[in-house]
Amino acid sequence: MEQDQFYYDNITVKKFIYATIIWGVVGMLVGVLLAFMFLFPNLTYGIDWLSFGRLRPLHTNAVIFAFIGNALFAGIYYSLQRLLKARLYSNFLSNLNFWGWQAIIVAAAISLPLGITSSKEYAELEWPIDIAIALVWVAFGVNMIGTILRRRVRSIYVAIWFYLATFITVAVLHIFNSLALPVSLFKSYSVYAGVQDALVQWWYGHNAVAFFLTTPFLGLMYYFVPKAANRPIYSYRLSIVHFWSLIFIYIWAGPHHLLYSALPGWAQSLGVAFSIMLIAPSWGGMINGLLTLRGVWDKVVADPVLKFMVVAITGYGMATLEGPLMSLKSINAIAHFSDWVIGHVHIGALAWNGFLTFAMLYWLVPKLVQVKLHSIRLANAHFWVGTFGIVLYAIPMYVSGFTQATMWKQFNPDGTLVYGNFLETVTQILPMYWMRAIGGTLYLVGALIMGYNIYKTIRNGKPVTDEEASALPLVKISSRRQTGEAYHPWLERRPVRLTILATLVVLIGGVVQIVPTIMVKSNIPTISEVTPYTPLELEGRDLYIREGCVSCHSQMIRPFRSEVVRYGPYSRAGEFVYDHPFLWGSKRTGPDLLRLGKKYSDSWHFNHMYDPQSTSPGSIMPAYPWLIYDELNTTKTLKKMEVMVALGVPYSAADMANAKNQMELQAAEIAANILQDPQFAETYAQEKEQFVHDPDAFVPLENREVIALIAYMQRLGVDLSNALEPTQKETE
Amino acid sequence: MLRFVKEHMVDIDGVEVFPIIALLLFSVFFGGLLWRTFTLKKKHVDYLKNIPLDD
Repeated sequence: MEQDQFYYDNITVKKFIYATIIWGVVGMLVGVLLAFMFLFPNLTYGIDWLSFGRLRPLHTNAVIFAFIGNALFAGIYYSLQRLLKARLYSNFLSNLNFWGWQAIIVAAAISLPLGITSSKEYAELEWPIDIAIALVWVAFGVNMIGTILRRRVRSIYVAIWFYLATFITVAVLHIFNSLALPVSLFKSYSVYAGVQDALVQWWYGHNAVAFFLTTPFLGLMYYFVPKAANRPIYSYRLSIVHFWSLIFIYIWAGPHHLLYSALPGWAQSLGVAFSIMLIAPSWGGMINGLLTLRGVWDKVVADPVLKFMVVAITGYGMATLEGPLMSLKSINAIAHFSDWVIGHVHIGALAWNGFLTFAMLYWLVPKLVQVKLHSIRLANAHFWVGTFGIVLYAIPMYVSGFTQATMWKQFNPDGTLVYGNFLETVTQILPMYWMRAIGGTLYLVGALIMGYNIYKTIRNGKPVTDEEASALPLVKISSRRQTGEAYHPWLERRPVRLTILATLVVLIGGVVQIVPTIMVKSNIPTISEVTPYTPLELEGRDLYIREGCVSCHSQMIRPFRSEVVRYGPYSRAGEFVYDHPFLWGSKRTGPDLLRLGKKYSDSWHFNHMYDPQSTSPGSIMPAYPWLIYDELNTTKTLKKMEVMVALGVPYSAADMANAKNQMELQAAEIAANILQDPQFAETYAQEKEQFVHDPDAFVPLENREVIALIAYMQRLGVDLSNALEPTQKETE
Repeated sequence: MLRFVKEHMVDIDGVEVFPIIALLLFSVFFGGLLWRTFTLKKKHVDYLKNIPLDD
């Protein structure tokens, strides 16, 4: 039979490689800037779009979706064609995938610093960008499945199953978690509220880690490790078990992000059980990857590609043992909200995703430009600088996490907290933040060394062109099972069926977890004192969202003595029924804010936002001068209330009609409270005088953003406080 | 103190059966998977293993 002649698309792969390196450096650079902001909180003083709360989601999105996202597209598109002996299905879709993805990244890089955010972690982008993501993701899926259908290899190698599972699950997760009702082009509210929103978000958040950062990279591991070591995977049988059990179990484990929260106990336990079960397939995969290198360990010493792979796979093993352990309730009580989580995710991102990407690039680029790598020594230097960077990043974060957790929980014999002032637990760990910043910088330096090395390699090599290939066409055989053909081999040559089965497996987990949660709303005990936010508080809440306060402050008090003594009564599910979106947070760089209302005066909050160090000496919170001076935009307040009504928040017609008046009254009261401070009253009068020639340009205090934010902060926890009997509060 | 947090879902009929269904589903699936995988013919496994190396 005559061989088919065709060309592998290397151009698309090349473009994704460039994007990986460029966005990788950008994402890491923002990370390093953020790390230094812990040490110099006012590093970008007065520049709202460079403030910590706005840059933090930019860092996570840039690293996850721009760096790792482009890397996975590059790796998938390269390996897919070779594993199937077919060119990518459509040039148009490849281009749409590439340019569409870059446009989304640029949109994120603009919108997040502007404070346009949904505040849901790793899903911060607003609804128009969410729709674009869905479209581009579908283009990727169609391109991949189209290529599979045109293949010249009968069976579908295990790496491709991981790619398929990635495509399907990310699509499902993204759509369900992003469901929101728009207020305007740049603002929407999650359709879910409170507990429900939290559960859907962490079902998404956890599985974004699983199906965006793990499964595609496992696919890449199953392709690139055998290629680089020039030997087949250690156990193909193990890879089958790895695949099916991993995609089956991962999706159930999301609730482990919400232990001791107001989430139903059974859902928490289910999450824990399945998290522990996850160790088995994860370690099966790690062992499979590492044992592929048996007999070639001498090569590992010399070849930087294999070195990067060994550390990557080891990092995968560490992170997937650590994750399940962190989901045990007793360990979670220590780890959650602390820097341990930051250490954990960076083992995953820096070692597993980062190093596997670097290995792939060092192997792939010389192949594409048909020349040897410019410098093995520089690649080795990158390896050691990067490895040292990871160690210097992660270890201080573990120390810091344990220090925080133990300081938060320490009691005096008389029952009071040893470190009653939260700030003491922050200043204690500053040396750790220094080490982390240095570790992160080293890792970035390593990436820059790689950028140079790759640049020189490309300069030395030939221009990348599509690669000529030939293979025998696939002879059609019946789609039915042949006599003597076992089930799995038959499934391996039936890609559509395999995809459907994988979808089913993923959905079962989703359904078991999500269905009871959808019913949860009617089961949350109603607390009659909990009422919707006033219009001014609603605007203040949106400022809280815009500034990314949730990055550093939780609003979830766990039922521990140490937390109840520090913050007040533990959180009730019924408190959050009007919270679209929920703002429980996942990290406490600063204290929890759920019971902040009425703890401090309006004036204190005003001074604190203007200069946090003046009210809390040694604080590492940045100042928010723009909130102090900028005028609150109230043009969309009514529309926001209408959307809330559509989502089930009981604003009455009278509430809507009185909204403007009520806002003015509440704002005037707060402004009057602040102006009682004689020192500020004097400054304010002087400021007003400066506008004597242009009084219209002067923004009166009551119209400024900070007033709305204070209104919101003073409301936090007040409803529940009114609901609890005084004796109940004491016993808690 | 944990009662409130833990038990507010108990009034969904039969909610306690969910985790059990979950575990059963997985066990049956996993058992079947192991059986299928380890009854695969060695020749076929070797063919699959070598797909990435066959340039």
